[in-house]
Amino acid sequence: MSTTAPATTTPATTTPAPLPVDDTDAFGEEVLGDPGPFHAALRDAGPVVHLSRYDVYALGRYEQVHAALVDWQAFASGAGVGLSNFRREPPWRPPSLLLETDPPHHDAPRVVLEKVLSPRALRRLREQWAADARDLVDEVLREEEFDAVPAIAEAFPLRVFPDAVGIGTEGREHLLPYGDHLFNAFGPANSLVARGAPRRAEHGAWVDAQCAREALRPGGFGAAIWAAADRGDITPAQAPLVVRSLLSAGVDTTVQGLAALLHAVATHPAQWARLRAEPRLARVAFDEAVRWASPVQLFFRTATGDVRIGGAVVPDGEKIVMFLGAANRDPRRWERPDEFDLGRDPSGHVGFGMGLHQCVGQHVARLEAESVLQALLERVETVELAETPRRHLNNTMRAWASLPLRVRRR
Amino acid sequence: MGEQRDARTRPGAGSEAGGTVLRVVARELTAGDVVVLVLADPAGDRLRDWAPGAHVDLVLPGGVVRQYSLCGDRYDPLTYRVAVRREPAGRGGSAHVHDHLAVGDLVGVGGPRNTFPLVPAQEYLFLAGGIGITPLLPMIEQAERLGADWHLAYGGRSRAAMPFLADLPGDPARVSVHARDEGRRLDVAALVAAAGPQARVYCCGPAGMVADAERAAAGRPPGSVRTERFSAAAQAAPVRSDPFEVVLARSGTSVVVDASTTVLQALEGAGARVLSSCGQGLCGTCETAVLEGVPDHRDSVLDDAERAAGDCLLVCVSRACSGRLVLDV
Repeated sequence: MSTTAPATTTPATTTPAPLPVDDTDAFGEEVLGDPGPFHAALRDAGPVVHLSRYDVYALGRYEQVHAALVDWQAFASGAGVGLSNFRREPPWRPPSLLLETDPPHHDAPRVVLEKVLSPRALRRLREQWAADARDLVDEVLREEEFDAVPAIAEAFPLRVFPDAVGIGTEGREHLLPYGDHLFNAFGPANSLVARGAPRRAEHGAWVDAQCAREALRPGGFGAAIWAAADRGDITPAQAPLVVRSLLSAGVDTTVQGLAALLHAVATHPAQWARLRAEPRLARVAFDEAVRWASPVQLFFRTATGDVRIGGAVVPDGEKIVMFLGAANRDPRRWERPDEFDLGRDPSGHVGFGMGLHQCVGQHVARLEAESVLQALLERVETVELAETPRRHLNNTMRAWASLPLRVRRR
Repeated sequence: MGEQRDARTRPGAGSEAGGTVLRVVARELTAGDVVVLVLADPAGDRLRDWAPGAHVDLVLPGGVVRQYSLCGDRYDPLTYRVAVRREPAGRGGSAHVHDHLAVGDLVGVGGPRNTFPLVPAQEYLFLAGGIGITPLLPMIEQAERLGADWHLAYGGRSRAAMPFLADLPGDPARVSVHARDEGRRLDVAALVAAAGPQARVYCCGPAGMVADAERAAAGRPPGSVRTERFSAAAQAAPVRSDPFEVVLARSGTSVVVDASTTVLQALEGAGARVLSSCGQGLCGTCETAVLEGVPDHRDSVLDDAERAAGDCLLVCVSRACSGRLVLDV
């Protein structure tokens, strides 16, 4: 797709270039465990590659991924942002009003949520979250060795985010498995999806119940969404689904963003030392970790017409998978892309997506990460892996199950 | 604001001013002494996304900045369309567009921003007065696309003086034309009163018409009548196109920002590490606290109150009205 001619249906006036084909199982355990080699092959094969296993078109280079993300006219989200094509099969849950819609339906919910989660709206949380992070880090640092996934990466978002949304304290254990299944469900119906299926309805029912007006404490993000419905900015029918988006997309993602950051600093002692010397690099450090690790690995779009991409044509209605993780490590865009480096400017990475659907919670994620990292910088001299960390496989997230760390306290 | 909003003088501002610059690629005179401009990126890149009700700032030579509603097709990512009525009593902005701005010329553009968004509804009543039709045109297209029930009541001095009338459906169930020279007054109060309780009313036109709509809103559900006035909120200060100084408060260094650079680039050049993402004033990542000085906001994120507060700047696109800006960097 050329950015100079992003018209939604560029007609194929010349013979399309032959399309590279790759029969790798992009959702097999081998790739999910270590996507790097597959991503490199994809990037090198061409701007667009046909994944024969799933009959979808794949983008691995930064240029094409970025262009597809911003070109909502040609690359629709409304037919689902996973492998499932809502043009051909019904969605497994009522579609998200944010993630799985296009303009004009996308407009009003996005405007409301952007305001609720804006940097200015989050200012009132900054001091409280900094204090919460210090408390948590104090608790964790009673030991010099701990598993950072449950102790910090899960504990911190689960401590502050549901409170900020305004849901009750009962049943929050549903949040992580709900999100895990949701992110698996963007992929094919493989064993990962099967594993989550038995309790899907139970988790979903709990999450849905939290989205009702009466379940949400005044002053939280959820109540602010309902207030928008009272003002007529969205409809009362939309309000619970917008709250659901917070609970779906706001927990596992930040957990794995934090885990990626902790893994990065634990394996890069020189970068940790640099952070110690320049704590104001905390914001850059988190975004560099999101670029380097890409906790959300991919999203799909659907071609709204015959779309020309780098000389090839993706036919109308076909699914296109954008490998955010591959784009964030594309040597065509990034120097020494496989290095976690606080000296680089990670601005423009696509770990939060880009364009109309760019992660609406990115400022929340950054504030959570900054809070935790500042608290650690105040208390920790050095940090390293205590044991080999263990991956948690998910169809669309690059996740850690366990990240045993050893720290030397200040 | 299909019409120019309140004239806001920005001495020295011109198309050479920093920020986004677009090229006039088509220009047409239409009914009502209105010039329709089609703008595109000089390099042919995508323009920033917008939704019905959005407007852009045009930074015109001669030192004026005016706001005009986008009235084109949001599905075309390559062009914006605006309509400019000649204001004989204005302070020169519309006269410049009419008399001097030609195809091929460059013009500075801020935004788009949307202070008049179309909210979801099954039924819409659109009330337009004259050039006030412009923000409503994309709304009508969207209502049609959504299959919503809609009606437009369009008032003006005479049919010949009502821009875009020929582009609207002839079906009187959809569009009623209220031309004063035909004796057909546009009775805003009666139309709003007759609208269903679930209907959302959008009104853009002269001050008296908007005031009528706001009075008629009493007793209706909150947010069900939305209006756009031709007069703008007061701008804090005139902006500048000549270079300004940015002081990095934390390091005490300072840097000069000229028309060829953004504040973000200048900060990076001075060794500051400011994270950004979209680079287009859309995502808010590069928001930076302003400690002293007056910002010239060019982003799509901040609302009127946030702009008026003047305490932050989206450094990827926004600039300075004052000669000196102190940032918390």
